Amino acid sequence: MVAAFSLFCLHITSPVFAQDHTPVPHESAEAKLDPAKIILEHIQDAHEWHFFTLGDFHASIPLPVILYSPTKGFSVFLSSRFHQGHEIVPYQGYEMTGNKIVATDGTTVYDISISKNVLQMMLALLILVLLMTSIAKKYKTGQGVTSAPKGWQNAMEPVITFIRDEAAKPNLGPKWKKYFPYLLTVFFFILINCLVGLLPGSANVTGNVAFTIVLGVIAFFIILFSTNSHFWGHIFWPPGVPLFVKLILIPIEFASFFIKPAALIIRLFANMIAGHIIILSFVSLIFIFGEMNFFAGWGFSPLSIAFTVFIYFIEILVAFIQAFIFTNLAAVFIGQAFEGGHNDIDGHADPVIL
Amino acid sequence: MELLLPGIGILFWTLIAFGIVYYILKKFAWNAIIKGLDDRETNIADSIATAEKVKLEMAQLKSDNEALLVAAREERAIMLKQAKETKDKMIAQAKEEAKEQAAKIVADAQVTIQQQKMAALTDLKNQVGNLVIEISEKVLRKELNDRKEQENFIHQLANEVKLN
Repeated sequence: MVAAFSLFCLHITSPVFAQDHTPVPHESAEAKLDPAKIILEHIQDAHEWHFFTLGDFHASIPLPVILYSPTKGFSVFLSSRFHQGHEIVPYQGYEMTGNKIVATDGTTVYDISISKNVLQMMLALLILVLLMTSIAKKYKTGQGVTSAPKGWQNAMEPVITFIRDEAAKPNLGPKWKKYFPYLLTVFFFILINCLVGLLPGSANVTGNVAFTIVLGVIAFFIILFSTNSHFWGHIFWPPGVPLFVKLILIPIEFASFFIKPAALIIRLFANMIAGHIIILSFVSLIFIFGEMNFFAGWGFSPLSIAFTVFIYFIEILVAFIQAFIFTNLAAVFIGQAFEGGHNDIDGHADPVIL
Repeated sequence: MELLLPGIGILFWTLIAFGIVYYILKKFAWNAIIKGLDDRETNIADSIATAEKVKLEMAQLKSDNEALLVAAREERAIMLKQAKETKDKMIAQAKEEAKEQAAKIVADAQVTIQQQKMAALTDLKNQVGNLVIEISEKVLRKELNDRKEQENFIHQLANEVKLN
């Protein structure tokens, strides 16, 4: 399947590059293998979707670059404009340094390109939306309500009920229905991006800090808008502790309000990027050994592949676990934000002056 | 390190994508799925409750049926017993009647026999009398052939007849 995918990509990319291919002798610097650089390139975002390099041939899809500059306004063009053969050239007053696009005159430029990560995220979300709406349509026609569920319904149902019964209901109590669509969206948003990110040749979306920051900030605002006076009372005037302890507790409690979503951001980011780095490292080991000795490379490959497969399975597990942990912790934090309200019977038994 | 610096592009697109996906899924997927699951759960709960109720009803019905059956059996036994008693009684009565009838018949027969016997006896007596008369007549006729004797006899008879 992977081979077919690569061939397919090769097919659609070759015409794009046919015109750019001038027979410039390739730099012999590639003889020196730098696994750290390769791995970092793989886990970072890019303006083109690179699949493989075969000799002089780079199988990659150029992606649209969208730039906004306060002085020049919007500019939209394909990232292949920066390449002329193997030379990297400036285009429309912008130039590419590494993965970043900067203005040649040094003014600030906002890069909102459809990069590799963005494109993959969109494709993954398209799959998610199509899948979920098709399932929803089945429920609307009564399939799964008055008859047994079929196909993808069976796959998604346990997941949805698991989130409902393990994350939403225990943490959010009677208000769970209000937050359930958010929790489901965030779970499947992370899950589909993690799983698609595991496909060979795909981008590392959930291991990108910007992606997790957005999810964390959304969670932060949802927590913020769920808070009640009881919650803030606990933060700024913790009841039942001496004054000097209060002075210590208040900043800690206040900071924890920001640390909670930050922890969500960092956990997801670190877990996903670590998984990709481990897989890439095991694959790189083959080439590191191969560079030392032809037979060492081939000899080590079965072991390396075995480890890679093992890590792959763990990564699939991690994708589910991280998606669930993010969802569950978001639910826990939201639940903490409004627990102990006056109409909450399970809340703290603090003396309430009426 | 570049790895830890969020790119504006991804921040921007992820935010927009999340918003759109949240909106679409909430409107077209989650509500329908949640409602479907809820409906099915209540459906199943109702079905189980109904099944339990029906089961109880069935058990009730069964015990009712058994009670009815027992009652029917008892009734049948009673009826059989009664029928037997009636039969015995009827047989006994019939026997009694038959006996009485027989006795009556026998008694009638005896009376008739007696009467017949008496009639026969009377008849016999008459016959014997006639025979005696006839024979006597014949005898007398023979003896009265001669005159003398006739006279004797008349005398004798005359003498016998007493004028009282």
